[in-house]
Amino acid sequence: MKSMEELKAIREKMQRQMNIRQEDPDAIRVVVGMATCGIAAGAKPVLTAFLEQVRLHNLQNVTVSQTGCIGVCRLEPIVEVYVPGEEKVTYVKMKPEMVPKIVQSHLVNHTPVSEYTIGAAE
Amino acid sequence: MKELSLHLLDIARNSVTAGADRLELSLVERQSLLTITIRDNGRGMSPEFLARVTDPFTTTRTTRKVGMGIPLFRMAAEQTGGSLTIQSAPGVGTTTTAVFHTDHIDCPPMGDLPGSLSLFLQGAPEAMEIRFLHETRRGRFELDTRKIKALLDGVPLSHPEVVLWLREYIGEQEAALIS
Repeated sequence: MKSMEELKAIREKMQRQMNIRQEDPDAIRVVVGMATCGIAAGAKPVLTAFLEQVRLHNLQNVTVSQTGCIGVCRLEPIVEVYVPGEEKVTYVKMKPEMVPKIVQSHLVNHTPVSEYTIGAAE
Repeated sequence: MKELSLHLLDIARNSVTAGADRLELSLVERQSLLTITIRDNGRGMSPEFLARVTDPFTTTRTTRKVGMGIPLFRMAAEQTGGSLTIQSAPGVGTTTTAVFHTDHIDCPPMGDLPGSLSLFLQGAPEAMEIRFLHETRRGRFELDTRKIKALLDGVPLSHPEVVLWLREYIGEQEAALIS
């Protein structure tokens, strides 16, 4: 069973790492559209996959957050990736299976996965 | 939208949009009646907006002119012979109550409640305090973000490590309520 002691242990581990995280000007942001359109199209497992992959790779410089409707509902689930100093990349029609590749290639190696982007879909 | 927990995730986000800093999500099951209540202290709605809020052509979003969240939730409840009611007042907040007849063949399954709830907590503003309550004939499970945050001491709920822990924790607590 999960215990509150475990949560305390997570806190202690995170507190040791967080100073680095908060002061990092190179923090990468991953934003998942979670309005009705995104949720209905399957954004929830995509968001979960990002959280799992970020934990797996222990990426301290990546924040994962949620937003409302991005505006192109027919291309949901949509994920936007903001790397400081680079143009925003919009991934569309996302599936959880696509997430490990994006994390490895884009978030770790700074190479966007062009075949999943809005430019490739339209 | 095939799961009740996805509706909950979706409707609860309206309270974020409404600028609420208190939110109560409760699921109470009595025999074959499930009552889902989403109560916030957000900016509330005017009587005029409230009167047309279950109309799909009403929305606060600016990217297009339809809003399907509440209409879909209402349809899901009414399909089971249940109902959706919304009470709201400007400056006070909004309470959305949906009643489902769980023995009706058209009642959607609860689905992945631990996943939906933990992701809602992940995306909620840090300033929002959320109380979740689930009561079944097997018992009750309550989660209060004030207690969790006190334990976390500054580590955000949105951190992947924390969210994924919460998902497993909620999953275990929920399993005990359903089995």
